[in-house]
Amino acid sequence: MAERISVAIKLKNVKYGTKNMEILKEITGEIYKGGITTLVGPSGSGKSTLFSLLNGMKTPQTGTIIINDKDIGQYDPIQLRREVGIVLQKATMLSGDVYKNLSLPYTLQGKRLSEEKAIEMLKLIGLNESFLHRKANDLSGGQQQRISIARTLLNEPPILLLDEITSSLDQASQHEIEQLISNVNKQFSTTILWITHNLRQALTIGHDTWVMIDGKLVESGSSDLLQNPRTDEVRRFLKGGEK
Amino acid sequence: MSYLTLSITLIFVLIPFILSKQFKLGLEKDTVIATVRSVIQLLAVGYILQFVFDSESYLFIILMILLMIGAAVQNARKKGVSISGITWKLIVTYSFIEILTQSILIGLKIIPPTAQYIIPISGMLIGNSMVLSILFLNRFTSEVENRSDETELILTLGGTPKQSIHHSLMSSIRASTIPTIESQKTIGLVQLPGMMSGQIIAGADPVQAVMFQLLIIFLLLTTAVITSVMLGFLSYPSLFNERMQFLK
Repeated sequence: MAERISVAIKLKNVKYGTKNMEILKEITGEIYKGGITTLVGPSGSGKSTLFSLLNGMKTPQTGTIIINDKDIGQYDPIQLRREVGIVLQKATMLSGDVYKNLSLPYTLQGKRLSEEKAIEMLKLIGLNESFLHRKANDLSGGQQQRISIARTLLNEPPILLLDEITSSLDQASQHEIEQLISNVNKQFSTTILWITHNLRQALTIGHDTWVMIDGKLVESGSSDLLQNPRTDEVRRFLKGGEK
Repeated sequence: MSYLTLSITLIFVLIPFILSKQFKLGLEKDTVIATVRSVIQLLAVGYILQFVFDSESYLFIILMILLMIGAAVQNARKKGVSISGITWKLIVTYSFIEILTQSILIGLKIIPPTAQYIIPISGMLIGNSMVLSILFLNRFTSEVENRSDETELILTLGGTPKQSIHHSLMSSIRASTIPTIESQKTIGLVQLPGMMSGQIIAGADPVQAVMFQLLIIFLLLTTAVITSVMLGFLSYPSLFNERMQFLK
């Protein structure tokens, strides 16, 4: 991981909620460039909502979000979404072959993805070129998730958000994806934020960890905090009893 | 046809009524309501049309058309409540179709500018446009819901709202216009269209009746496509906000 010198994402007093519910309560924190930060916490603690704010799919009610030294409100939404890529738990595939799916980020920009580039991406995610013209919806969950990661990476985002991307996969696929993400982080110096319910994953893959409970950022810092939590709230969460 | 003859035709209402009672279909009440409503509505329209034709006033013609548009909007808007400003979008669509088609018909002297021609043709066009918009809105709202994952995927990858909704929009436009196009393929083979049959029964020259029917067919085709395309392109932006966020 790069040294904790430059900040990729800075949040200050970020609040978000619906008419009936406060989802994020004054989140303040920093994500360092080039690292892997895992986000852990009970279901409904606001982790995915935070991702939606960072990717520009939602707008905070109050507070500021600075991404690469620029306020999120100053970004053109399209530019922001290309710079902050997101991969969701459900790897939605367009009907058609793998090539059509990989081409999507290029098609949206009116460009054509060369087959050579597509094959290069397949190799990066550990699939061979025979996959290129296979129907995307016929692939296994793990393979679809890898295609989904590759598709997002084709936008060359400096920041990558991963929302529970291994939660529905078997153990072997989980390890493969962890390896892939680790490689992407090293090869492209991509700043990665990863929501996971797997504490082993958070401890082994994440350089840093944020623990979110009930819409608040309760603890943040080096992933070691998962072994030595400072607060009772996090201790209770780690013991398995959701707050 | 005299009122006495008309009353004899009620025998055709009696048949479904008896069948419903016999087989316990539970349609008796609806049959009676539908019959009473159609008699009252059509007779009222008949007298109103007679008054408008006699008055030869463009003001009454315009009022009649506005009434038709209002009734069509009232009926169709229920299918698009999830789309903000649907009432105005329907008003704009129906008004545009009415102005465009009547301008061509009257401007090119295809029909004379009299109530006798303008009102029935407007009724057919606005009625067809209303059915089309209901078909479109039904399909579009369900497509948007079913494809919400795809819409969000495209947005998160940096696509525009139009790109993200493209598939839903196109398949809804296609699905809503297909019945009109398909029914025109078999017209005259399976059934004689209502207007043409009416003219022939009233003693008009069949070839002349066919020519008018063809005019109506071509008009219905254009209204079908314009309704779906226009309503589609007016509706989709209200699913997003100015930050290109999908408002589910």
